[in-house]
Amino acid sequence: MKPRSATVRIAAGQGFWGDWLEAPYRQVTGGPVDYLMMDYLAEVTMSILQKQKSRDPSLGYAKDFIPLMERILPIVAERRIKITANAGGVNPRGCAQAVAEVARRLRLSGKLRIGVVTGDDLLGRLDGLLARGHELQNLDTNRRLADVRDRVVSANAYLGAWPVVDALRRGADVVVTGRVTDTGLTLAPMIHAFGWRPDAWDLLAAGTVAGHTIECGAQCSGGNCLVDWERIPDLANVGYPIVEAAPDGTFEITKHPGTGGRISVAGVTEQLVYEMGNPGEYITPDCIADFTTIRLEQHGKDRVRVSGVRGRPATDKLKVSIGYFYGYKAVGTLVYAWPDAYQKAQAADRILRQRLADLGLKFESVLTEFVGADATHGPLARASAPLDQLPEVQLRIGVRSPDRAAVDRFTREIAPLILNGPPSVTGFAGGRPKPEEIVAYWPALLDKGMVEPCVEVVDV
Amino acid sequence: MKKADRKRSVPLLELAHARSGDKGDTANVGLIALKPEYYPILVKHVTAARVARHFKGMISGPVERYELPNLHALNFLLHGALDGGGTISLKTALLRLELELPK
Repeated sequence: MKPRSATVRIAAGQGFWGDWLEAPYRQVTGGPVDYLMMDYLAEVTMSILQKQKSRDPSLGYAKDFIPLMERILPIVAERRIKITANAGGVNPRGCAQAVAEVARRLRLSGKLRIGVVTGDDLLGRLDGLLARGHELQNLDTNRRLADVRDRVVSANAYLGAWPVVDALRRGADVVVTGRVTDTGLTLAPMIHAFGWRPDAWDLLAAGTVAGHTIECGAQCSGGNCLVDWERIPDLANVGYPIVEAAPDGTFEITKHPGTGGRISVAGVTEQLVYEMGNPGEYITPDCIADFTTIRLEQHGKDRVRVSGVRGRPATDKLKVSIGYFYGYKAVGTLVYAWPDAYQKAQAADRILRQRLADLGLKFESVLTEFVGADATHGPLARASAPLDQLPEVQLRIGVRSPDRAAVDRFTREIAPLILNGPPSVTGFAGGRPKPEEIVAYWPALLDKGMVEPCVEVVDV
Repeated sequence: MKKADRKRSVPLLELAHARSGDKGDTANVGLIALKPEYYPILVKHVTAARVARHFKGMISGPVERYELPNLHALNFLLHGALDGGGTISLKTALLRLELELPK
């Protein structure tokens, strides 16, 4: 057996599709790292990608990933840094092919292997699964998927770390996946480096906690952190987090020297509780992690040590993320100035609503917000702020309807208010709002045995 | 001296920080004690019922609370929190809560 590494350094490069383009480059050039982990997929991302793929079968992955690879591949090839990324979306093979083309152009032929993880995409198998009695009930509402079957636009099972481990074992330098869990992308390099076994539940849980800590990028290294936020240094130059993992399941969160931001117990704790359900059971395809066992300590400047994590056996289900077409929405905004800014915005809202009603337009929902007054804190804001003295208020009004014509007509009712409504109005430079399709999210569970992950590794 | 005089009102902002996220129609707010010694105060006073009362009219479902003594944190699940959409910031809205504490 090969000797196992002492520690492995896994750097977070993207916390979501659209995150800072400089971060991955800085992570691979700012100091030593063994792996670059990039998480691209949120709940509704798969539906957006599925829509792109339906228009052009060569698309359906995170397009930004390709120019990014062009920028960093020569560096990662030279430094032997490996990459795990779920940038493949609903077309991991197409994504891998585009990466391979870039690599060949960079004269990296023979120096790079690309791994592709698929098998998560269930869209073409839905009718078969339903026919065999897998109802894919909505976890929130208990409705049966059959109720919205004809409107489904994407369906993906969450795969865990093991297919990524398989690709790494077969020598892949860049692993491109479909819907692999955010945490699996970080856990896989640890399993691979340390030879952790599939039933080492505490270790798998520790790697899962490590993954959760860095999956949102700078959100654990000083970004979006409320504690002492004004004194967090140099966010313009923020360092994205790096996990320094040990074979015994302990790890430290740190960042490259000379970067901005802050790695503190407070900031790491904020990230740990982000999107948390029951902290006693954080369920992934790989294990159940118990967040009430995590111990944190500051271990020097910009370094937090994590230990004590306990885990339990994984369940026999996989979570499935389904997107279905729900209807249309549009949002219009106008800004009203002092004096009486809030009152003018309220009056404009009343006038607009009356006109919509007089036109006989039906909406499932009409939501009005007064940005600058009470949009973020609702009735709680009204109790404390002098709303009659505000220098300006943005009226933000959104509608939702299955009827596209109603939403389209709504978008034409905003601009007229500038000349035929309350006075001192501005902020309409963006023009008429555009109706957008709404894809709603449908979470479900499926027996693990029904999903067969597929791993391919190819030389460039 | 009346009993009421021995109480003081403390904004939660002075005792805790918070981070929120969402899954489907449920939002979570993790509430973290700024100092370990504040954690028992949070456990005693920031109950699920108190948080539900604070957010009355802003969320349509029940509130669940979980304890993480290891992180000096409470996790609240606010069901039916995102139906309205919009730009509500539940974490800072929660920190507006005022606690009546003994002097």
